[in-house]
Amino acid sequence: YASLYFCCAIEDQDNELITLEIIHRYVELLDKYFGSVCELDIIFNFEKAYFILDEFLLGGEVQETSKKNVLKAIEQADLLQEKTETMYHSKSFIGFKKAY
Amino acid sequence: MPGQRVFLHSRTLPVRMVAPSLKLQDLIEEIRGAKTQAQEREVIQKECAHIRASFRDGDPVHRHRQLAKLLYVHMLGYPAHFGQMECLKLIASSRFTDKRVGYLGAMLLLDERHDAHLLITNSIKNDLSQGIQPVQGLALCTLSTMGSAEMCRDLAPEVEKLLLQPSPYVRKKAILTAVHMIRKVPELSSVFLPPCVHLLHERHHGILLGTITLITELCERSPAALKHFRKVVPQLVQILRTLVTTGYSTEHSISGVSDPFLQVQILRLLRILGRNHEESSETMNDLLAQVATNTDTSRNAGNAVLFETVLTIMDIHSAAGLRVLAVNILGRFLLNSDRNIRYVALTSLLRLVQSDHSAVQRHRPTVVDCLQETDASLSRRALELSLALVNSSNVRAMMQELQAFLESCPPDLRADCASGILLAAERFAPTKRWHIDTILHVLTTAGTHVRDDAVANLTQLIGGAQELHAYSVRRLYNALAEDISQQPLVQVAAWCIGEYGDLLLEGNCEEIEPLQVDEEEVLALLEKVLQSHMSLPATRGYALTALMKLSTRLQGDNNRIRQVVSIYRSCLDVELQQRAVEYDTLFRKYDHMRAAILEKMPLVERDGPQADEEAKQSKEAAQLSEAAPAPTESQASQLLDLLDLLDRASGDAQHPPPLDPSPGGALVYLLDLPCAPPPPAPIPDLKVFEREGVQLNLSFIRPPENPALLLITITATNSSEGDVTNFICQAAVPKSLQLQLQAPSGNTVPARGGLPITQLFRILNPNKAPLRLKLRLTYNHFHQSVQEIFEVNNLPVESWQ
Repeated sequence: YASLYFCCAIEDQDNELITLEIIHRYVELLDKYFGSVCELDIIFNFEKAYFILDEFLLGGEVQETSKKNVLKAIEQADLLQEKTETMYHSKSFIGFKKAY
Repeated sequence: MPGQRVFLHSRTLPVRMVAPSLKLQDLIEEIRGAKTQAQEREVIQKECAHIRASFRDGDPVHRHRQLAKLLYVHMLGYPAHFGQMECLKLIASSRFTDKRVGYLGAMLLLDERHDAHLLITNSIKNDLSQGIQPVQGLALCTLSTMGSAEMCRDLAPEVEKLLLQPSPYVRKKAILTAVHMIRKVPELSSVFLPPCVHLLHERHHGILLGTITLITELCERSPAALKHFRKVVPQLVQILRTLVTTGYSTEHSISGVSDPFLQVQILRLLRILGRNHEESSETMNDLLAQVATNTDTSRNAGNAVLFETVLTIMDIHSAAGLRVLAVNILGRFLLNSDRNIRYVALTSLLRLVQSDHSAVQRHRPTVVDCLQETDASLSRRALELSLALVNSSNVRAMMQELQAFLESCPPDLRADCASGILLAAERFAPTKRWHIDTILHVLTTAGTHVRDDAVANLTQLIGGAQELHAYSVRRLYNALAEDISQQPLVQVAAWCIGEYGDLLLEGNCEEIEPLQVDEEEVLALLEKVLQSHMSLPATRGYALTALMKLSTRLQGDNNRIRQVVSIYRSCLDVELQQRAVEYDTLFRKYDHMRAAILEKMPLVERDGPQADEEAKQSKEAAQLSEAAPAPTESQASQLLDLLDLLDRASGDAQHPPPLDPSPGGALVYLLDLPCAPPPPAPIPDLKVFEREGVQLNLSFIRPPENPALLLITITATNSSEGDVTNFICQAAVPKSLQLQLQAPSGNTVPARGGLPITQLFRILNPNKAPLRLKLRLTYNHFHQSVQEIFEVNNLPVESWQ
């Protein structure tokens, strides 16, 4: 992955190869969300990276194996955020990516 | 809050703030723009001051932005604890933006070790029951990430309710939250066990996955739960079978493998349920075989499933054929071009090598090839596995491979490889000579990396292999002559040269090219070791003792040795100094005992490290010992003559007495060492012969540990004006006794009290038969050859009673 490095801590009895698949899946999710993800995307949108991770893993376990479902969930949350923001910012709202 | 317009317009600046607060992304840019760490610190400290001020002022509008910035600097490692309370406020806010950042902050900043974390329990409770799915998701996520035992107890009822909710989005999260709760509060198992069986009927992959994870957690914690869930094995088998056979579903597949995450989780649960349970194992056998053979292995996803299948097969009661299939899959993994797959294969084979040894043996060639891996974690595991695969039938081939590896392996593996080779050699050596050769090779290749007991082991081994003494000392001499830097090798070589120096000089040994070594070369080599700055103090001790031993083994005069010993009397190293002083004293005052004291070493009983330690200590004290060298050819034949004279049948005197197991200790008192056993009353010396100034004396020693043994040292002195040359002494004893003669210290006694000749006789008298001794002397004196044969009279009774 274009200069992205991941470090994952697992337990003794965990399957290393499926952990690799988990990392692959996460990168794919980031990729879909940011459109060709690169390091800067993650740096400038670190909270988003967390939110996406939280839709894929929960308490250290995989919660959703459908890429589609994960991305849909993020979309819904972003939509909800957008909705609530329009109540607070009228004209100065540019887009959820730069809401902060 | 609808209707209220609190906003930050670019033209309006609230009075209390100095400047508008930075946007998150602007702060990130500013931090990244810093050229030095000091600069970065400055930017961050300035911003944190703003953030703190903003928190103090309680600005609700930008709180989420301030916290987000704080979380960023927290990730960089800067203190952010003052944001903890703000997380609480944000979570309590009804604004989704606030909650999102607030919950994230809680997961990053709140710690269950501090009581403050309990304050969000109420907010979570409220959010869980509100019915807004994204909010419920946030709450569940936070609870399962940082929820402490107390929080879990408080919120278990809420989570239980959510398990029955219709929406799969919330249900799947609730299930995994339950997993976390059980980890924190095992008693909650009773709450979350009942819904499981029902949840297994779900079709939603996320719910299924969560349920199986939950069941796995329950079974791992409670044998009762384990028993309870065995009844779902058929259902699990069915779910997995459906996954594998109904094929491709774009939504859940990876590289043609249907939902590998779910497959792996099911396989793992099956492993736990089938372990130690015949019936369950049988139910899943066919399915496991099916998965093992049909899974597409071209990509990692398939290999991940295959790997989990192999682990499950090996852990349950599977049919023998299935086990072999599993090991073969691992063998195939070893040939995979993907390093990760080779890695898991090596680790798994290591776990299986004891229980399924023959199955793993089949892949030995591939494993040995893996020694050449460039990746350190792979080559290390390959080494471990290779060593575990050595057995008596493949030891020669394997050792060759391993020794080749030792020569080229990375330094951090050297020690393990060396000790592994030595251990395997000890267990499976086909012959002693091969064993000695192997150890020798390891010492020359990786001498500095061997364990400390390697020296003791090798000397023990060589000492016990009498037929290989000549071979060993030659090989060691050659190795030493080439390189004196590898300490263990030098120590063993020095020891051997000292012990078997006489064999070294003999010149013949069928197994090695003939080598002409002369005494001066040997002495020079030992002196070189002694003087070298590369030699450790212990090594120099070995060398000095070896030199001393050679004083009785070599034919020439001992002036050179005496000189060296004399020099070291003032050595700064205390150990060397003590040895040198003692050896020098041996030359000066106890010369008649020197041969006895410097006898060949006994073979020490190998009980283990204890015995080796004792052997080392006895070596270091240079005590009298009781090993038996074979007498030389010429002496044996002439002894026969003498025995004829005694009217006895021949034959006994040639047989060396059996090796005596007890370590030496008899003459300890001579050298005044503190831990000496109580000395026996010394037997008086006996003058047995005198002619024209040439005198022969006998001195007797009966070592207390071995009452059957008698050591006689004969000393030939010359007070006349003419030299005595070509002096040879032979002896004979009655048939019931056994006699061995050691090499004399020389053949010449110079005139006017020159250096006497000493020679040691060892007599074994187990039956305490009366001692009779006949001597035959031949020598040249005053240009005449003299021959005298006589029986010794007046032998003291203490010498045999």
